[in-house]
Amino acid sequence: MAMLRPAGDFDRSYEQDMALLRRPWHYWLLGFSLLAAFTLPLWGDAYLVATANQIAYTIIAVQGLNILTGYTGQISLSQAAFMLVGGYASALLVIHAGLSFFIALPLAALGAGAIGLIFGLTSLRVKGFYLAFATLAAQFIIPWLSRHTFKEYLGGANGAIEVPLPQLGTVNFGEVSSYFYISLVVLLITTALLFNISRTRLGRAFVSIRDNDLAAELLGVNLFTYKLRAFFIAAMLAGLAGAIKAHSQRGVGTEFGYSLNESILYLGMLVIGGLGTNLGPFLGVAFIVLLEDLSDLLGGMLAAAFPELSGQLLTSFRPIFFGAALMLFLIYEPRGLAHRWQLLRAGWRLRPFAR
Amino acid sequence: MNWSLVPQQFVTGLLNGGTIGLIALGIVLIYKSSEVFNFAHGHLVMFGAFLTWWFTGGGAEPGTALIDLPLWAAVIAALMASMGIGLLIERFALRPMTGQPLLAIMLMTLGLAQLFEGTTAVLFGVELKSNFPAPFSPSDVLVIPFPGAFGDAIRLKYTLVATFVVATLAASLFIWFFNSTKTGLAMRATAEDHEVARSVGIKVSRVFGLSWGIAGVIATLGGVLLATVSGVSLNLSTVALIAFPAILLGGLESLGGALLGGFAIGLVQALVQASRLIEVRNSSEIAPYLLLLVVLLIRPEGLFGQKRIERI
Repeated sequence: MAMLRPAGDFDRSYEQDMALLRRPWHYWLLGFSLLAAFTLPLWGDAYLVATANQIAYTIIAVQGLNILTGYTGQISLSQAAFMLVGGYASALLVIHAGLSFFIALPLAALGAGAIGLIFGLTSLRVKGFYLAFATLAAQFIIPWLSRHTFKEYLGGANGAIEVPLPQLGTVNFGEVSSYFYISLVVLLITTALLFNISRTRLGRAFVSIRDNDLAAELLGVNLFTYKLRAFFIAAMLAGLAGAIKAHSQRGVGTEFGYSLNESILYLGMLVIGGLGTNLGPFLGVAFIVLLEDLSDLLGGMLAAAFPELSGQLLTSFRPIFFGAALMLFLIYEPRGLAHRWQLLRAGWRLRPFAR
Repeated sequence: MNWSLVPQQFVTGLLNGGTIGLIALGIVLIYKSSEVFNFAHGHLVMFGAFLTWWFTGGGAEPGTALIDLPLWAAVIAALMASMGIGLLIERFALRPMTGQPLLAIMLMTLGLAQLFEGTTAVLFGVELKSNFPAPFSPSDVLVIPFPGAFGDAIRLKYTLVATFVVATLAASLFIWFFNSTKTGLAMRATAEDHEVARSVGIKVSRVFGLSWGIAGVIATLGGVLLATVSGVSLNLSTVALIAFPAILLGGLESLGGALLGGFAIGLVQALVQASRLIEVRNSSEIAPYLLLLVVLLIRPEGLFGQKRIERI
């Protein structure tokens, strides 16, 4: 949505035009949220920090999906599989190559990006839901490979290997209160990256492909390289998120999820947050993670009330709540929470004249 | 390749393919009439199987179940219920999405799938129900002499043969309905062009509802057939996902193609298991998806689909 600016409010220099932080309250908001995030382990309890950690690395994965699906318009059902690749790559580099976690992390991201390129090649032949099928195939093939090949490295039928804790010098990141800082710093870096991708040549090329790929090609956007770049960035961010998740859960493999359901969950988070907006992943991930905690709470209460049914009540409310939320958002707010936030801001700026 | 296993696997795969083809048919039907690709079809299949299981008494002690029907009555009751569910889905989930972009409609069906998964788990429990009433006992085996095969004969369970017969009969009945009745003609007209169909007096929204209702019926029938072979569990939805490669192989717009694709996928899955290498045998769950990738790269429109021409 184009920014609605009051008359007389214009930029006087290139720096002003390109600034991300335009008003005093932008600085205040950024300062306060950074302060709150970085001091969270000091005042929050373990549950809060663990949830924040989960939200942080999930946002990174959804940001990648946002580049591919939100900006470039290529439907992907395989984000969780690319996370699995990143998690395994980082774990194996740390265990067998003896690298430090902080070197393995970017390498794992690049590795996942390379795998993403392979499956991205299908996007040159097909689009729309044909592409969804190609990524669906990736989502089945990659976890299958992790269970049935290189069993001594990937854990074989167990579907899981142990992952060591990251260490930097003498600092140990075993506690979630210190691990949270890793997720947070990586999240800040990717966010800065994405804010800049979305407003440079690369991002505009992505959007033109989304709007009409044939027209984009006629305008001089090379579909071959730009679609592959979108796939690479998406898979790279998924790999980053997967590596962080693996070391945070101290294990990686199909036992820890990474299934089709997770990929659908990420797509749902993106749509609920707002496709093709930089704010969307933050709002969507926070909304769904908190909704899942709420459904676990409800499931727990019902399971306590009906103990003989506890097996089917404990975990079943997650898909119900998620499915219902996704459907309601698609019908009533298809542009997501980010659009709602834009409307709120516009309403505040134009008050008392328009609503 | 273990050649002595091939004849047995070939016939088994073909028989399994009938059910896959029937499930694929339901997806193609909805796609043809309303251009919605139904990712929730697998969950409709699973839900239908659970409904039938519940109507037959649902594993409760004999005499204590709320409803305790014989299998044929339970199947009919479940078919009626799933017709209603199909109509409800069309009215409340898909009709508000008319004219929305592809991704939104796709996500709507994915959201439906999640909703069904959770609801089924709450209503019926998550564990495998192996007490699905079977019309034949597992030891009823049809033995066809076949020199050269393993044990010089092909052994077929009656259950498998019966599912194949029911699946192909249902599919043929449906294709006849689609091609030769007045309602089928209305559905074909709607599939061709919504506006033209409306201008000749066809109620497009009613046709959409009808397609979803019929798709629900087909899904439940497929679920019953899967359940008689493997029991009822939440996994049935994943099993039904292999209908997707079948559809793409046959072509999205072709009903007969979906059926043929189902046979092909069944064959691929079974023939892979005739291999001597354990890695290849294990790959029977992903072999359809490898085939899917090959189809997408070589001939994305499938064997009998229409090639799309795009304009800016």
